[in-house]
Amino acid sequence: MSPRKPALAFRDLTLGYERRPAVHHLTATIREGDLVALVGPNGAGKSTLLNGVVGRAEVLGGAVDRCGRSVPEIGYLPQRAEIDAAFPISVHDFVAIGAWRRLGFWRRAGHDEEARIAEALARVSLGGFEARPIGTLSGGQLQRALFARTIVQDARVILLDEPFAAIDARTTADLLRVIARWHDEGRTVIAALHDFAQVRQSFPTSLLLARELIAFGATPSVLAPDNLARGSSLVEAWAEQAEHCHGEGGHHHHGEAGVAA
Amino acid sequence: MSGALLANPVLGPFVEFAFMRRALVGCLALSLSAPPIGVFLVLRRMSLMSDAMAHAILPGAALGFLVGGLSVPAMTAGGLAAGLAVALGAGLVARHTVLREDASLAAFYLLSLASGVTLVSMGGSNVDLLHFLFGSVLALADDAIVLLGAVASVTLAWLALVYRPLVIECVDPLFLRLSGRASALTHLSFLAVAVLNLVAAFQALGTLLAVGLMILPAVAARFWARDLGALIAAAIALAAASSVAGLLISYHFGVPSGPAIILSAGGAYLLSLLAGPRGALLRRRSESHFKG
Repeated sequence: MSPRKPALAFRDLTLGYERRPAVHHLTATIREGDLVALVGPNGAGKSTLLNGVVGRAEVLGGAVDRCGRSVPEIGYLPQRAEIDAAFPISVHDFVAIGAWRRLGFWRRAGHDEEARIAEALARVSLGGFEARPIGTLSGGQLQRALFARTIVQDARVILLDEPFAAIDARTTADLLRVIARWHDEGRTVIAALHDFAQVRQSFPTSLLLARELIAFGATPSVLAPDNLARGSSLVEAWAEQAEHCHGEGGHHHHGEAGVAA
Repeated sequence: MSGALLANPVLGPFVEFAFMRRALVGCLALSLSAPPIGVFLVLRRMSLMSDAMAHAILPGAALGFLVGGLSVPAMTAGGLAAGLAVALGAGLVARHTVLREDASLAAFYLLSLASGVTLVSMGGSNVDLLHFLFGSVLALADDAIVLLGAVASVTLAWLALVYRPLVIECVDPLFLRLSGRASALTHLSFLAVAVLNLVAAFQALGTLLAVGLMILPAVAARFWARDLGALIAAAIALAAASSVAGLLISYHFGVPSGPAIILSAGGAYLLSLLAGPRGALLRRRSESHFKG
């Protein structure tokens, strides 16, 4: 492809939880500015791969190269964010959390930060919601707020794990525009997704994962029918193998595949 | 004029008796520091955790008592060590075994209470045991008052320092952890300050009631206030009011002071539950109002 610098490199990477591998021998290099859809059937290891980048999954073999960035410099939106929506905090303050690394314990958000927060809220169409407690937001609105926080975070590499799960079409469309804007700004974005139509439309690059790498490159060729079929059968084969895995360990493995989905 | 002051049912007891003034100072110091911690404990659904930590203090303080007698430093040191051990231990047990945190806390708490009562009974009288279980607000020694004041100062300074990461940790712990800043420090110092407050409260209210001024005003505040700053202010105000009310009830009706204070806080809770602007009665009305 182009001679752009690498942003993330996986070298023969095996990732898992409690020594049980969920991603096997993955080798791929994602370059600065890439907009990558991470696709694959349930249990393919998509979440595990994103978790591995931020150090939440165990590296069992090979290496993740963050190309000079530390974990805190990476923006990461997990699938089920551990947000306590009942906590009394306003939408404004919640989005401002994105500035935590720059502001630290004490510093007040100055004009620049406030402008950034206001712009982020406007970009996710939450202008006017500043004073509302996050507990009063709908699921879609909370996801908008999380995107706004990620905008404020201003990371050059952004990982999104199923960002549109259980989100309505309008919110999805709005947030896809936010992602497109990140792409225009030259940020590297990797999103785990399952809607192929959406991927074909909005993501130029795809990485098809089925516990191991099936295909990586331009989306139309990666999402070719034979690749998808191979991916599904591989994940089924892994699941079956796990069930035949001696005794109780097998069930465990199976369960974990679900967690890793 | 001084006669009128002495006859005043609210001010009189404090004007006339030094022990009432000392009790008031101790309770007001506690009312400044424990309720804000309680607000965070309640918001993080850790109210039961605080109860277990309060009980855990007992065997530690009892060991201190066996070694050093009824000395505040010895009992405080023992209580701190035991409280921290349980706070950290419950987390470890929950992380590394099949038991959930609440179950391991229940186990710790029963163990602590039983061993604490046994230890106190080995070295002391029933009066000592009552002192351990229910405190003795009306007999606060100088060093106990110093302890209460010092803990209040440390707590408020700590709160000012870590307020921001503490809020982030409550809202989105993973975000704070991945941001690489202050995550472990925030969580551990929170537990430490909570234990510190319980050890201080133990001096005044004993093991069984130490959590009272921490949790009850914090829970009651939820019915009055919505945002965090207001919650903390309301909790402090409710705790201070309960302290004054409890001491006066204790004085006028001859009931034990520690329970009287906690009963006042409990009364404030029930009253807030019913009559607070976000409580059961008014809330229903305003909700139907919003829908219209």
